[in-house]
Amino acid sequence: MADHSVSTISIRDCRIRVMRGGSGGPVLFLHGGGGAGSWLPFMSRLAATFDVIVPEHPGFGGSDTPPWLDTVPDLANFYLDFLEELGLDGVHLVGQSLGGWVAAELAVRNTSRLASLTLVAAAGIHVKDVAQVDTFLSNPEQHVRDLFHDQKLADAVLVRGQRPELEDVALKNRMTTAKLVWQPRSHDPHLQKWLHRIDIPTLLIWGEHDRLFPKDYAFAYQQMIPGSKAVIIPDCGHLPQVEKADAFTAELESFIGAMRIAA
Amino acid sequence: MKIFNFHLMPYRHADLDAIEKNGSAWVTFSNRNYDPQKGAELYHDYLDQMELADQLGFDGVCLNEHHQTAYGMMPIPGVLAGALARSVKRAKLAILGRALPLLNNPLMIAEEYAILDNLTRGRVIAGFVRGIGAEYHAMGINPAYSQERYAEAHDLIVRAWTEPGPFPYVGKHYQFKYVNPWPRPYQTPHPPIWIPSQGSGSTIRWAAQMRYTYCQTLSPIAAVARFFQMYRDEAEKAGYQASPDQLAWSNTIYVAETDEQAVREARPHLEALMNYFLKMPTEMLLPPGYTDAASMKRVRAAKVTGKPQSVEDVIKNGVVIVGSPNTVREKLAEYQDLAGFNTSLTKTQFGTMPNDMARANMTAIAEEILPHFRDRLPQGTRREAAE
Repeated sequence: MADHSVSTISIRDCRIRVMRGGSGGPVLFLHGGGGAGSWLPFMSRLAATFDVIVPEHPGFGGSDTPPWLDTVPDLANFYLDFLEELGLDGVHLVGQSLGGWVAAELAVRNTSRLASLTLVAAAGIHVKDVAQVDTFLSNPEQHVRDLFHDQKLADAVLVRGQRPELEDVALKNRMTTAKLVWQPRSHDPHLQKWLHRIDIPTLLIWGEHDRLFPKDYAFAYQQMIPGSKAVIIPDCGHLPQVEKADAFTAELESFIGAMRIAA
Repeated sequence: MKIFNFHLMPYRHADLDAIEKNGSAWVTFSNRNYDPQKGAELYHDYLDQMELADQLGFDGVCLNEHHQTAYGMMPIPGVLAGALARSVKRAKLAILGRALPLLNNPLMIAEEYAILDNLTRGRVIAGFVRGIGAEYHAMGINPAYSQERYAEAHDLIVRAWTEPGPFPYVGKHYQFKYVNPWPRPYQTPHPPIWIPSQGSGSTIRWAAQMRYTYCQTLSPIAAVARFFQMYRDEAEKAGYQASPDQLAWSNTIYVAETDEQAVREARPHLEALMNYFLKMPTEMLLPPGYTDAASMKRVRAAKVTGKPQSVEDVIKNGVVIVGSPNTVREKLAEYQDLAGFNTSLTKTQFGTMPNDMARANMTAIAEEILPHFRDRLPQGTRREAAE
């Protein structure tokens, strides 16, 4: 498929892998703890209308692991450098899970290059008394099962099996994820103090049956980010962009489209 | 050879079926399974056993550190060492714990060891460990920083013991305006530092370079011999010849009148240790970042966790020594010569073993084994044996 390119970009001595395809307003997608992986159907669909940019975070997959990488705020500051380096403006920032946390940290720092923010099943805050699976204690099969609501999709992933050639990447991703989220687990107690600073249209997309960050997280974010809108996708787990790719892209497109009309 | 009485202080009343059902005795095994009446009794039984070891002529007693587990009831070993510091009159007092990275203030370890060293007038051996992977789940410490924190805490503690205070310390993980702990250690320059490990190459190299005593945990004797040869090789590279005193083997010994009787009596308690108390899923044992990707892949490929082991397996592989006095003497001498160590860290109580049985085992070891090894050094040459 020639609808995207893969390149390596250096930002202040840190080389990262970037997938990019389509044309239009820029959509920057920040991936979760599983890594950037490959160009997915939802990216193709968005590329029909947007310039879709999917960087692989420092410390993940084919990107460098820089010595300065310790916390999620380090990644947020890195992506502010990234936006500057690429000269991107009017960016629709979309972050899923760990990437959602990075996106929220970025947006409380500086929204001057952003047009909108979309958090998908995002980490970053803590909501009391909500049961969440411990992904670091689940075995590889359970880990896959916990990501999906439709277990047939999990079965399909499991049948394809572990690809040994990806073991190094999986270990690298998991190690960096642990470094970033182990303690305090998957959140920064200081982030929620500053979410009110986010002054751009914000959409929250969650799967109804997310076991990692249940939909209570969407409602908590909604209360903390002024004017934000929450969309709960039925029959869906932690990866709406994969499990319900059509509904996910439709929601994102209509959110961005409505913004344009309002403007 | 020096022979230490090494205790794990297991919660030996744990319901093995409940452990089986939970998948592990660690982290997620509910403390509702702990009965304080029984637990208090066990603490006193076990401390009495340590005092008995001193009276029987063991060269030292060893405590251990693990968190949130029925495997061992010593999350804070210094408390138990404090209880023993005045009643164990002669033997060395070794703590083969203090998992440095688990503390947010490692200066407290410098203080704790220094107090114990003063109390015992210099009989303390200071263990420095990282803790096993389960500890990082249990204590909310990021495993990806385990090695960095260990290195930094070690440097801080040794400097706190050896450099006149106050001085400032500014590291990545620990910062202090004033490092000036009172008391200073009794021994000069500081208590001996021992490094227990499961056989990590980088740990063995570092321990050899620092001339710290290396303690090999629970492993088949052939692997022990290989790891000790690595230590001797690393010492040579560092420009000195390692003494057998720098090598300690952690084992389990059970003595009865005959081999058959010993195996029969030890079986349920050893199998409880190997197959219930020690069992944990790979995800718990090796959280991401605890060790580098290459070691992680090695362990995963070897599938070390989960295989049930019989007494016969662990005897045959030389993980433990079980038998008549004669068999135990022969095996211990054979293993000492094969691996070249001069300290045996010996569990005499293990798993579910009751108090009277543990005391009888300790007495038999003191009478039948200790006298034969008091002046015994490793014999023969080892390089060939280890290869």
